Amino acid sequence: MRITADTGRCVGAGQCVLNAPRAFDQDDDGLVTLLLAEPGADEEAGVRLAAGLCPSRAITVHED
Amino acid sequence: MTQAEPQVVDFPLRKPGVAFPPPGYAGYREQQGLVLSCLPNGDRVWLVTRHEDVRAVLTDPRISSNPEHPGFPNVGESLGVPKQDQIPGWFVGLDSPEHDRFRKALIPEFTVRRVRAMRPAIERTVDERLDAMLAAGDCADLVADFALPIPSLVISSLLGVPPADRDFFESRTRTLVAIRASTDQQRESAAKDLLRYINRLVAIKQKWPADDLVSRLLATGAIAPHELSGVLMLLLIAGHETTANNIALGVVTLLTNPEWIGDDRAVEETLRFHSVADLVSLRVAVEDVEISGQLVRAGEGIVPLVAAANHDENSFECPHRFDPSRSARHHVAFGYGVHQCLGQNLVRVEMEIAYRKLFERIPALELAVPAEGLSFKHDGVVHGLHALPVRW
Ligand code: HEM
Ligand code: SF4
Repeated sequence: MRITADTGRCVGAGQCVLNAPRAFDQDDDGLVTLLLAEPGADEEAGVRLAAGLCPSRAITVHED
Repeated sequence: MTQAEPQVVDFPLRKPGVAFPPPGYAGYREQQGLVLSCLPNGDRVWLVTRHEDVRAVLTDPRISSNPEHPGFPNVGESLGVPKQDQIPGWFVGLDSPEHDRFRKALIPEFTVRRVRAMRPAIERTVDERLDAMLAAGDCADLVADFALPIPSLVISSLLGVPPADRDFFESRTRTLVAIRASTDQQRESAAKDLLRYINRLVAIKQKWPADDLVSRLLATGAIAPHELSGVLMLLLIAGHETTANNIALGVVTLLTNPEWIGDDRAVEETLRFHSVADLVSLRVAVEDVEISGQLVRAGEGIVPLVAAANHDENSFECPHRFDPSRSARHHVAFGYGVHQCLGQNLVRVEMEIAYRKLFERIPALELAVPAEGLSFKHDGVVHGLHALPVRW
């Protein structure tokens, strides 16, 4: 599993940081930044939840 | 597309004695999802009731938040605040890309990390309110003495209002939301007082910048000083009654479900369960769109009912049950899409601290009237309680 995040779409709601704090952070501008581009198995559930909750659909999960 | 003339249903919330969310929502969700309704002023709007549809409406670029578009729902009573389109900087009423300049400038002030840093100050505020309540005797109105002052004091400290002015600030915000105990004129004049105060605050921070939100926003240059007043007014109004009503309703729910007292998961479930901002996200179609098979024409108003969406059986199992152990994170109590509540992480911390301290310091807290006797704000835009008599 691989994730990408589009800071152009991010509206800084912080859902990603709350739900998968090991995979996502907010930078000084409050926008999403990836801590793990290829999260391991323990992170998968949190990352999927975060991607589903992101109100601006800024997070994409790639299944490759 | 040809469609039979749809039935027109009553506008929600305008009926005392009806539970919240109105039981009628379930029928709308099951039958057609979208229903036509008449606003108190006679305008027709589409009510959106399914969770999936509400998320779709709130992310559709053909649907606008801008009240200047003809057909935008006018739900009436706007808490005595000047009309949205008259305040520059009222960015909740702007669409992308105009909206994004404001949002981007504000995001750094509301990150998860920034809000965590406000914890000690929020704890102090909550403790001070509890000190005052305990010193005053063995009973209180938890709305007036606890739920309303907390968000007002938190917002004033966030904005950099000097401590000496916080009582003034708090009394004016209190008048704004007292739809029963104050007149239209009183609310209008309170709103004017606040706007005047905020204008002065901006002027002071321009001259003497300090380490606070107003000074930092001015320093970015992204928002002009005259727009900044509208932004601050929005933060104040968006974050006051919404938070207060959640605190008060949550206390009632915890007192009637005491097994969840002390469990922080109650915060998220309270947000979903009560969905106080049911009539807050208002929209208008600017192109024809189809939602759940229903054609909504350009110029027709849309009201996504977040309380209906948050009680959708297809998204939440046994939605009428207060169950903090469920995974409720996909609720839309804060809206969805680019306008999703900017203050949501602040609210979560405020509610968590408020409940924890309240039940820790007053473990014998109980309702002073039967739960059925509580008086709800059926007449307000934000759902809540007029008063919450408690004793200990
Ligand atoms: C439990 C308390 C709260 C609830 C239920 C709530 C609910 C909402 C909802 C539903 C929206 C979306 C409006 C729309 O779609 O048009 C919103 C937007 C907003 N909220 Fe909150 N809110 C709460 C507290 C706060 C607080 C504490 C603040 C700030 C101090 C705040 C600031 C804002 C702002 C600035 C917006 C507009 C965001 C934008 O347009 O990008 N809210 N809120
Ligand atoms: S959840 Fe989405 S919008 Fe919110 S901070 Fe993360 S990426 Fe940005």
